[in-house]
Amino acid sequence: MIRRIRAIPVLLINDQDLVKSVKFKNYKYIGDPINAVKIFNEKEVDEICILDISAYKSNKGPNFEQIGEIVSEAFMPLSYGGGIRSVEDAKKLFYIGIEKIIINKEFHHQPALVTEISNIFGIQSVAVSIDYKKNIFGKSNVYIENGKKSIGKTPLEIAILAEKYGAGEIILNNIDRDGTYTGYDLMTLKEIVSNVKIPIVILGGASNIDDFKNAIKVGASAVAAGSMFVFQRPNQAVLISYINIENINQ
Amino acid sequence: MIVILDYGVGNLLSIKNMFKKTGNNNVLISNNIEDVKSANKIILPGVGHFDYGMLKLKESGLIDTLQKKCLVDNTPILGICLGAQLLTNGSEEGNSNGLGFINAETIKFKPELMNEILPVPNMGWCPTKTVSHTLMTNNLLDIQKYYFVHSYHMACFDSANILFESEYGYKFTSGIFTNNIFGVQFHPEKSHKYGMKIIENFSNL
Repeated sequence: MIRRIRAIPVLLINDQDLVKSVKFKNYKYIGDPINAVKIFNEKEVDEICILDISAYKSNKGPNFEQIGEIVSEAFMPLSYGGGIRSVEDAKKLFYIGIEKIIINKEFHHQPALVTEISNIFGIQSVAVSIDYKKNIFGKSNVYIENGKKSIGKTPLEIAILAEKYGAGEIILNNIDRDGTYTGYDLMTLKEIVSNVKIPIVILGGASNIDDFKNAIKVGASAVAAGSMFVFQRPNQAVLISYINIENINQ
Repeated sequence: MIVILDYGVGNLLSIKNMFKKTGNNNVLISNNIEDVKSANKIILPGVGHFDYGMLKLKESGLIDTLQKKCLVDNTPILGICLGAQLLTNGSEEGNSNGLGFINAETIKFKPELMNEILPVPNMGWCPTKTVSHTLMTNNLLDIQKYYFVHSYHMACFDSANILFESEYGYKFTSGIFTNNIFGVQFHPEKSHKYGMKIIENFSNL
């Protein structure tokens, strides 16, 4: 039985630039998002996830013009998150050519937005992303606003809510591991996989194909990574790369 | 001219982009009845709920024209994703009748029948095989994979209408056809060179 697991490069956009963080800090400039997407095109990536980490700050919402330019060069599925606050925003993004929209902060303000989008555009069209880190007592807390503000809930609580409100997918992102190459947080993944039925995409900490394989064993439906696909180690030079996808499919 | 039907459901610019990538710039996104009448090929896109899709199609006032174009004038039409499902008689997702251009129905994935239980919706790339060789399947690569996002899939009453078959937990019909009418469950516009070939074949019909 061939099962295709998606491996997803995650591209962070900060005020139109492509950047990459370590633990949601220390943003490093990578270049122009469109160039990166063009390269990922040639490498036939499974899917690309674009997160605009600056969009929540302004009241403008998503930068539709820039997203449109990126989409016109992307012949693979694209998901987008950042600053989405209404069904109207979602509608515009789908029209431009985004397959899936990702709701993060707004899920905590108006969870029904996810239900509404899910009902109109289908459950597959909306994902909820959960950014979390552990506090000094080892308890996981979910954060919004790019890791700045705790909402006092655990990732499991939010995952269960997201499923209940009609999300088609969850992106589980460990802030502590972001950009650190220390492997995925498989414990939290396991906890969530055993409590929700919708697909889980794991993000934060991937360093090599073994990390992907381990997450798949635990039950991830897709594996995502930022640094691994945009940097070359050990000196962190910018190098857009991908993996041979056949190597991770069981 | 190819018309991509804009009836308010789905992801039209990416389809146009893919045609452009194959070198075909003669593509119009439109809901204008005159444009549809003069089209020599039609794309029926669509994302979302079956009943909502049928409702929007009815509201567009284009169904009669579509029937005449596709069933009488034999204008080639390609349904994509929900657009393909709308070509069937109906769907387990809703109560509306489909267009019924192809003798098929749309049914829900049944995880209980899968060898290994996989999550629904199916979001990802599935290995795919050509079942019927037609002009639409010209020069496709031996290994085909396409990008899918769906919870429902098509099922034909007559296997002669099966164009493609894919695998997700079990084998399911991922492409259907009869004469000039084609429907694919996957997104050719989002499936790299694999999907590009299909768009190119449709252009060349």
